[in-house]
Amino acid sequence: MSETTAILANADPEAVANLRDLMRIVIVGHVDHGKSTLVGRLFHDTGSLPDGRFEAIKAQSEKRGVPFEWAFLMDALQAERDQGITIDTSQIWFKTDARDYTIIDAPGHKEFLKNMITGAAQSDAALLIIDAHEGVREQSKRHGYLLHLMGVQQIAVAVNKMDLAGYDQKTFDDIEREYRAYLTSIDVTPTFVIPVSAREGDNIVTPSKAMSWYKGPTVVRALDSFVSSQPTTESPLRLPVQDIYKFDQRRIIAGRIESGRIAVGDELIFSPSNKSARVKSIEYWSTIPGAKKPTSSEAGYSVGITLDEQIFVERGEIASHIETAPVETDVFRARIFWLGHEPMILGKAYKLKLGTLEAQVTVQSIERIIDTSDLSNAHAPQVERNQVAEVILRSRRMLALDSFIDFPSTGRFVLVEKYDIAGGGIISMDGYADQRDAITARGTNITRAKHTITDEARAFRNGHKGGVLWLTGLSGAGKSTLAMALEKRLFEKGYNVYVLDGDNVRHGLNANLSFSPEDRAENIRRVGEVAALFERAGVLAITAFISPYRSDRDRAREAASGGFHEIFVKADVETCESRDPKGLYAKARTGEIKDFTGISAPYEAPETPQLVIDTAASNLDECLAELVSYVEAKFRV
Amino acid sequence: MDRLDQLESQSIYIFREAFNRIENIAMLWSLGKDSNVMVWLARKAFLGHVPFPVMHVDTEKKFPEMYEFRDRYASEWGLNFIRELCPPIEQTDDTLPPAARSAARKTEGLKLAIKKYGFNALFAGIRRDEEATRAKERVFSPRGLAGQWDFKDQPPEFWDQYKTDFPPGTHIRVHPLLHWTEIDIWLYTQREQIPTIPLYFSKNGLRYRSLGDQDITNPMKSMASTIPEIIEELRTTKISERSGRAMDHESEDAFERLRADGYL
Repeated sequence: MSETTAILANADPEAVANLRDLMRIVIVGHVDHGKSTLVGRLFHDTGSLPDGRFEAIKAQSEKRGVPFEWAFLMDALQAERDQGITIDTSQIWFKTDARDYTIIDAPGHKEFLKNMITGAAQSDAALLIIDAHEGVREQSKRHGYLLHLMGVQQIAVAVNKMDLAGYDQKTFDDIEREYRAYLTSIDVTPTFVIPVSAREGDNIVTPSKAMSWYKGPTVVRALDSFVSSQPTTESPLRLPVQDIYKFDQRRIIAGRIESGRIAVGDELIFSPSNKSARVKSIEYWSTIPGAKKPTSSEAGYSVGITLDEQIFVERGEIASHIETAPVETDVFRARIFWLGHEPMILGKAYKLKLGTLEAQVTVQSIERIIDTSDLSNAHAPQVERNQVAEVILRSRRMLALDSFIDFPSTGRFVLVEKYDIAGGGIISMDGYADQRDAITARGTNITRAKHTITDEARAFRNGHKGGVLWLTGLSGAGKSTLAMALEKRLFEKGYNVYVLDGDNVRHGLNANLSFSPEDRAENIRRVGEVAALFERAGVLAITAFISPYRSDRDRAREAASGGFHEIFVKADVETCESRDPKGLYAKARTGEIKDFTGISAPYEAPETPQLVIDTAASNLDECLAELVSYVEAKFRV
Repeated sequence: MDRLDQLESQSIYIFREAFNRIENIAMLWSLGKDSNVMVWLARKAFLGHVPFPVMHVDTEKKFPEMYEFRDRYASEWGLNFIRELCPPIEQTDDTLPPAARSAARKTEGLKLAIKKYGFNALFAGIRRDEEATRAKERVFSPRGLAGQWDFKDQPPEFWDQYKTDFPPGTHIRVHPLLHWTEIDIWLYTQREQIPTIPLYFSKNGLRYRSLGDQDITNPMKSMASTIPEIIEELRTTKISERSGRAMDHESEDAFERLRADGYL
């Protein structure tokens, strides 16, 4: 082949060193607040319009009999130009002396929220536009709230159409005050609030003469001051497994480092399988002469690693260092925005996609629907399209994830309904325990010893089978009262029976545990194991614990050997609060006790309990009679 | 991490997602500068292998230099290469303007190839900054059975969560270079020393900025004869990249119509 048919570039370090910084800015605002005009002005005044573009827009405007329409700069679709509305997000490029910009235009119309989200999610910073004449609108607040949810932290606000407001400082001050107050209430600090006239060009690129009272930067200067997002190399390692390749003799684990650093020799743990191995190599393909395999890498890079041991890991697991592993849980709290054509429904299952993980989750509860304009709460059995809500999601298997606040990329997810992404959300583990310790077996080389006495032999001698009666319910529902009364009644009937009571075990077995979510989980785990030992010994154990989390109760069920009976001692919060035998509700109401079940911490009612005892509807004797006949039917031999 | 590292890592992520989530996928190779970067990125993503077919949908009207380039690198890069021919112009929509109609042959060729091999998805090297309707594209872009693009109701796409669940019969275009710009392509070509067709470099004061069929592609005035000179030129030019591609400019919506019908 001749030399002329392919040209190889000469390696020129200069050209690469000359890379300009790139910043992605999303522009959002209520329909007709002047988004497109501002973008047009920005391009025009920075000399960024391609040749002939101005004339083309002029021709497109004249053809439709409208005055010069800057919106045509970005509205590329015929339908958008004809209807004068931005349907989908678009991008356009311009540069200042400082750097290159991608401007992402996000539709303001509520109907196109999914497209606004699509645009906003790609940005490093946002420019939010408010019409000085119309003031802060519902959509202005909604957009601010959603930017915050999407994790966009740098926000500049342009108060537009100041020319129509007579360049009046008071008009601007009022809007600035109102909008700043709103943003502050959702924990966002706008970096700048700038009075502008996109039509006249005030404070876009050149400082406004008509508004000499404004001392802050122009829009361009404000944008130039933003910092482009860099991957978080300083946080602990998160490397979600994307795929496993076996193209040749190497077994390569592929994935992108979402945070932290990795080096050859590091010991990694893969969650939630909890297998570990050391990094043997970081694989790399390059034709650049002298390029070597790296010995370390960091956040932002897509890598392929090999391990020193052949362990089975799959897509969706998260690799981390052992001491800083992600949370393992099968239930979590999330703030979501819903985009689905059908509402999100309580109890319904959706496919969760979190990083590279896919899992089925069920909506366990819809805690509140959040009104983004005044942040008030409402309760509803479903979340409608375009609403924001706080929900509790539950999975059938253990998931590895993080709180969004600690690790944005492993703390957010989307939900898929049928074939479509129907919503997105960010995770908070508030009130929920990391279950990693509860499911991690630390001992090795352990073999079970075999008893020579059978369960049947024990049951024959006792006249009843061993088992666990697991009473769960709110504080004040009557668990302890019922448990003690039942113990007495059964004892009198000849049962080997014993009550494990919450307060009692905390004096001994669990004296080293606090009331943190993790310790509460551990408290229940130990009680579940002890109850299981009682069962095997042929005894009937009655437990009286709030045990608010389904996962904890499920583990107790698994610890037992078949004789576990979940009994829901049911009474609503109002009834329990009116009883308040230990004065705890009163303390919870004043805030003296934090994370109090039913008041400030969740109670997950059993889905399919073996028995429901309604202490609000029946008196103690009736409840007791029901329990005794249940035990006689299930345990007597 | 510099700008090229970021772009590269994102493209690798997209390649790996698509390869994992979609069965029976292939890559379109148009032999142009973007396409070659795309092949390169696939080799990076899969550590030297390209684990799917690489297809050239041939109008048989490309420049001789392009064919020579194709034949050499298909073998040198160890590609699983497929060449498919486009049907004659009579089989295209006769209401399209002439150049657009000529370009539409490629759409028809593409549809036939997809049917022939049963590909569920294709990697295509389009970029947002090339053209305004491409600026509205998704990374994972679902198409109807006949290849048509429903640009008025595109799926949401955020946090690198792409649409990967489809009813049977959906065809997907995956765009690993969507977030790159023309300058990025040249900077990366330079850094990685990726082979390039010489038509991009100035000869007698003219160079091609974008390559297509010979009869509907025009060169532009330029003195840039090396990659650094091209990069310098692009930093100051106000002429759009596809100004030499006739089918983009025949009518206000010619290109939109082409794309809605399945053009790249």
